[in-house]
Amino acid sequence: MSNFSPENNEIREETGNVTTDLDQNLDNLETDETFAPEAGEAAEASLEPAEFTVSDEYKSSLAEAIISSEDGTSKKRAGKKKKDDDEEVYKKPLIKRRKPNRSVAGDIFLYIFLAFVAVVMFFPIVYAVESALKPLDELFKFPPKIFAQNPTLDNFSDLFVTLSKSYVSFSRYLFNTVFITFMGTAGHLFIASMAAFVLAKYEFPGGKTFFKVVTVAMMFTGYVTGIPNYIIMSKLGMIDTYWSIIIPAFASPMGLFLMKQFMEGLPTSLIEAAKIDGATEWKVFTSIVMPNVKPAWLTLIIFSVQGLWNNKASALIYSEEMKTLPYAMQQIQAGGIARTGEAAAVLVVLMVVPITIFIFSESQILETMASSGLKD
Amino acid sequence: MSQFVNDYIKVKKHNFRVGVKKARLSKSCYLFLAPYAILFTTFFILPIVISIIFSFTYYNILEPPRFIGLHNYLSLFLEDDIFLISIKNTFMIAIITGPLGYIMSFLFAWLINELPRWVRSVAVVIFYAPSIAGNCYVIFSVFFRGDAYGHINAFLINNGFIDAPILWFTDPRYMLNVCMGVILWMSLGTGFLSFVAGLQGVDKSQFEAGYMDGIKNRWQELWYITLPSMKPMLMFGAIMSITQAFGVCDVTMALCGYPSTDYAARTIVTHLFDYGFTRFEMGYACAIATILFLLMMLCNKAIQSLLARVGT
Repeated sequence: MSNFSPENNEIREETGNVTTDLDQNLDNLETDETFAPEAGEAAEASLEPAEFTVSDEYKSSLAEAIISSEDGTSKKRAGKKKKDDDEEVYKKPLIKRRKPNRSVAGDIFLYIFLAFVAVVMFFPIVYAVESALKPLDELFKFPPKIFAQNPTLDNFSDLFVTLSKSYVSFSRYLFNTVFITFMGTAGHLFIASMAAFVLAKYEFPGGKTFFKVVTVAMMFTGYVTGIPNYIIMSKLGMIDTYWSIIIPAFASPMGLFLMKQFMEGLPTSLIEAAKIDGATEWKVFTSIVMPNVKPAWLTLIIFSVQGLWNNKASALIYSEEMKTLPYAMQQIQAGGIARTGEAAAVLVVLMVVPITIFIFSESQILETMASSGLKD
Repeated sequence: MSQFVNDYIKVKKHNFRVGVKKARLSKSCYLFLAPYAILFTTFFILPIVISIIFSFTYYNILEPPRFIGLHNYLSLFLEDDIFLISIKNTFMIAIITGPLGYIMSFLFAWLINELPRWVRSVAVVIFYAPSIAGNCYVIFSVFFRGDAYGHINAFLINNGFIDAPILWFTDPRYMLNVCMGVILWMSLGTGFLSFVAGLQGVDKSQFEAGYMDGIKNRWQELWYITLPSMKPMLMFGAIMSITQAFGVCDVTMALCGYPSTDYAARTIVTHLFDYGFTRFEMGYACAIATILFLLMMLCNKAIQSLLARVGT
């Protein structure tokens, strides 16, 4: 045992893990390429109940390998011998079955289908970006080409020239939109999570009814409530201020709904434990519940930002210096044939922000979802 | 009889007292709920109530509302031919894009759930991007442009399928179909995202238990394990797709124009928009809104009872 090679040490550790940490090994197999394939296969084999005997054989073969390396044979040979053994014991399939109840043919078919749909879905967006890069003469070419031959950024620079020549400067439009988006999202997140917390985790008279009303209100599109909303705003004196956009965004029913659904998945025992330890309701909310529903609040932020960023606010804000960026952009877009290039650039500018925000927060969502293995 | 009434009142009183006591005990709950509840009532409940009240009046903003009973509703269904067209169109769109978009959202969320992590995150972005890409759907007016410069027309002409360009967005035969295609393209929205998040939260040990109990293929797994544990998300997705399907107006207005040829692309919301923001007949517009709201509620009830049967 004195000249025990590091490789074997590793294998031994891993076989130890097989029995205890099956799940983790399987995960590693899917994601980590550097993981030793032998141990991974052992893990897979031992998952399938029909092949328990095989995994015993595998253990014996492992023992052999260890012995052979103890005899003083080189590391390489030991590894090779082990591989041969493996091929004798299992016939390695061409494509590995990741789960016992999945057919390979079905996998392949579905992935091809998925790839095809993905291309179709993404094509219009790629095309929108492409056409923003086309010079004006290419935009009106026959037969039309999908990709730009001489890509330029002229359309974007034209757009910024137009914007900078406008009555209100571009930076003011940008500030308006950013301010509305930021304030609205922050307030919405805070207020909606507070309400969602008590609705999800406590029973009190009126709570269920209130939530039902919220769900129903979610179906009312903005146009439907537009007229009465204006009347209420004018009574409250909020017309022509940022608050006419920001305050209603606080109470957006969708955020509450989403938050409550996620919070219901949180184990109640967690909250009870905190209560026994002497935490107040507020403490439970801020330091137990909120950190545990990170995926939900990221989702909330995405939706809120998305809604507010594209808000044209044309009905409630009249002063030109308080108008939002999408509104200014839309006016340029409506400029007709001469502004075709700029209109294409506007499309790209308007879609870049929500998509970028989504890309960043999405990776976080998936990450938090994967690592937050809360089981009741 | 009086005995019964007395008992009834007693029980009611008791229940009420218990309720008040409970409410007093959960004071902090109300404190948490209060900010949201106040804002929500002001900006979401009150407008709906006002809208329903106005639907029984004649109101043109300048004069005070005048009560006219059911007149608005009667003229909507008996005199307004365009409204009937818009109902037909909305139903066409809702029946085709609603369920299809819903199923697509779940199907793709479910399929990409099994991909390796980084592929999955790319796939989520690709599928979700159309619905958040601002007004990117305007790009379809370039594909389907009515003259020979449009890609679809150019392709069809060059390959000899047609000899004159098709007016995709002005010919009533094609308008609605093209719009439905665009709506489907955008339909992987909020519901889809919720499905993706929900699928990752499904307890993995349930699947292992499923293998043991003899679940043979992915479809059985879907029906017996995945779908039942996804019910909350499914409900949410259903509401989202109802809202989306019945609230269509941006896409048709941007692509087919407003008003569209022969009103062939007019939806209920477009009609509402017309009366509310162009003709300022607010009472009439509010009646349209109320009908739309009732339609959505009925649809939601139907879907909820359908979803209750999932996995049984």
